[in-house]
Amino acid sequence: MQTNKMLGSSAKQPAANIILPYKWLVLALLRAALVVICVIVAVFFLIRLVPGDPVKMILGEYASPEAIEKMRHQLGLDLSLWEQFTRFVTNFFTRGDTGSSIIFGTSSRDLIIDRAPVTLLLVVMASLIAIVFSLVLAAIAATHKDGLLDHLIRILPSISLGMPIFWVGLLLIIIFSVYLKWFPVGGTGEGWGMLYSLILPAITVALSQIPSLVRSLRAQILEVLEADFVVTLRAAGIPPRVILFKHVLRNSSIPALMLLGVNVAYMMGGTLVIEQVFDIRGIGSLLFTAISNRDFPVIQGIALYCAIAVVIISFLIEMISGYLDPRTKRER
Amino acid sequence: MNHMEAALQPLHAGTKKNSFIRKALRTPTFLCGSIMMAILVFMAVFAPYLTPYDPSQLDLSAALQPPSSEHWLGTDQLGRDLFSRLIYAARTDLKVMVLAEIIPFILGVFIGMAAGYFGKWVNSLIMLTTDTFIAFPFYLIVIIIAFVSGTGEQGIYITFMLVGWIVYARVIRGLSSTFRKQEWIASAKMLGLSDVRIILKHLLPNVLPQAVIVLMTDMALLLVAIVTLGYLGIGIAPPTPDWGTMIFDGQPFITTKWWLSAMPGLAVVYTGIALSLIGDGLADIWRR
Repeated sequence: MQTNKMLGSSAKQPAANIILPYKWLVLALLRAALVVICVIVAVFFLIRLVPGDPVKMILGEYASPEAIEKMRHQLGLDLSLWEQFTRFVTNFFTRGDTGSSIIFGTSSRDLIIDRAPVTLLLVVMASLIAIVFSLVLAAIAATHKDGLLDHLIRILPSISLGMPIFWVGLLLIIIFSVYLKWFPVGGTGEGWGMLYSLILPAITVALSQIPSLVRSLRAQILEVLEADFVVTLRAAGIPPRVILFKHVLRNSSIPALMLLGVNVAYMMGGTLVIEQVFDIRGIGSLLFTAISNRDFPVIQGIALYCAIAVVIISFLIEMISGYLDPRTKRER
Repeated sequence: MNHMEAALQPLHAGTKKNSFIRKALRTPTFLCGSIMMAILVFMAVFAPYLTPYDPSQLDLSAALQPPSSEHWLGTDQLGRDLFSRLIYAARTDLKVMVLAEIIPFILGVFIGMAAGYFGKWVNSLIMLTTDTFIAFPFYLIVIIIAFVSGTGEQGIYITFMLVGWIVYARVIRGLSSTFRKQEWIASAKMLGLSDVRIILKHLLPNVLPQAVIVLMTDMALLLVAIVTLGYLGIGIAPPTPDWGTMIFDGQPFITTKWWLSAMPGLAVVYTGIALSLIGDGLADIWRR
């Protein structure tokens, strides 16, 4: 009981000038809303960045004028820019849609919802794997500070910096699927088979996150190891192993979660690429089908959904970290 | 006024050239990274004299050969020598990496200095822009812009001009806003120096070392992005040799000829390690 109280107090140090909690919450909410508005505007103008005529890009250079007119009407490009924008915004806010897919004919929202579960599952699995492995490696590095293992773990970020994630995926396929035959080479199974076939891709995505996670976790653990409450625990004769697993790791896993939240955007992008390597039918493969068919409504939908998901996750992370550690509220 | 301005100089982090070289020679990470990079650049520049074969010379009768004394790393599916292609690809990829980094670097440093130095609405506007960009997963936005702006080298330059400046802007903004609160900027203002002069002559030399350290890491990430676009078929277009397309070309044969995909990736990792070592080394040199 006593130690838990100490843990609590070490996480919440009194801040010198505490901003009123509600004001801070409202400000953070406002900023997130503002970013969402900017994201919507950016995605709307995305299609207009295309050099040349998007309709001709879809139908080809030699399409008949009638077909071009029809497609122009279907995409709503015959309206004024302002009308197009209000239509885009109302369509998104009332139905969560960005228009019908040009190749599939169905709403791009339905297409995205249909493919999202696999991608989300992949991101969640990768996050779990990344957290577990990073905690273990960081604990080893921190408890063997300046030892051989510590040095080996510390040079990981330098080595992994220039590692293309899809190439790492291919290496894992060569080792675990081709030679060891532990996993299928690609594709997604059904039910438990799906979970099983996602293990190797999830490890690949996790590997891209582990080095940076380990680096900051190691620093975090070293800091906690020197905190007063750990010294007290040690003085009380509690075995080092118990202190490490029960107190230090628990205290340092929160920052790891935060860092992972910050990296979630990068991880989602990596997942889209990895789906191509392992032939997984998620958002990534939908994106590439849409890209190769110039399916602009679907591309816009994917960009919008991904960006808004990132904004929401970062907002939640900011909330949690602000709640756990009031000092972060004063940073911006 | 000039000699008073000169009195501000010793505060600058930029040190004299001689001491930089002396410190660099005593920093193993920097030395090691520089040597690795020098070897790579040497091979890329003198590729025509070093490679045994023409990288685009087809020989279908000699396709998919394993490594031998004739072809050190074997041949690809079209009978082209893998070793020659690897070195020629270094030429393309390094060139595109450096060229694609120039504009984002300059743009990002100046935008970051403006945000940090002026603060207020300039800062808010720039922060909102970077927050919007960051909301998109990096590879999502890179893939979409590269596709929209057309494949090939030109598309890569446009893509990184649009998204590459953000890293620098964020780092330099933070640094500049801490400098703004320090005395020497206040004294420079009191001397009646214009904002432009303070930014160019006093702020810039102080933020530049940090920007260069970020540049090294970012170049490695940019190279990975270029290679990824090549792999996805929206980067450097064949037949120009590129590590990314080489990995893609080798993928159908990974069950038997794994080195076709593994070797080009190893070249990317080698470059990444070299850049990362140089970055770490520079950080060491300038911190001391």
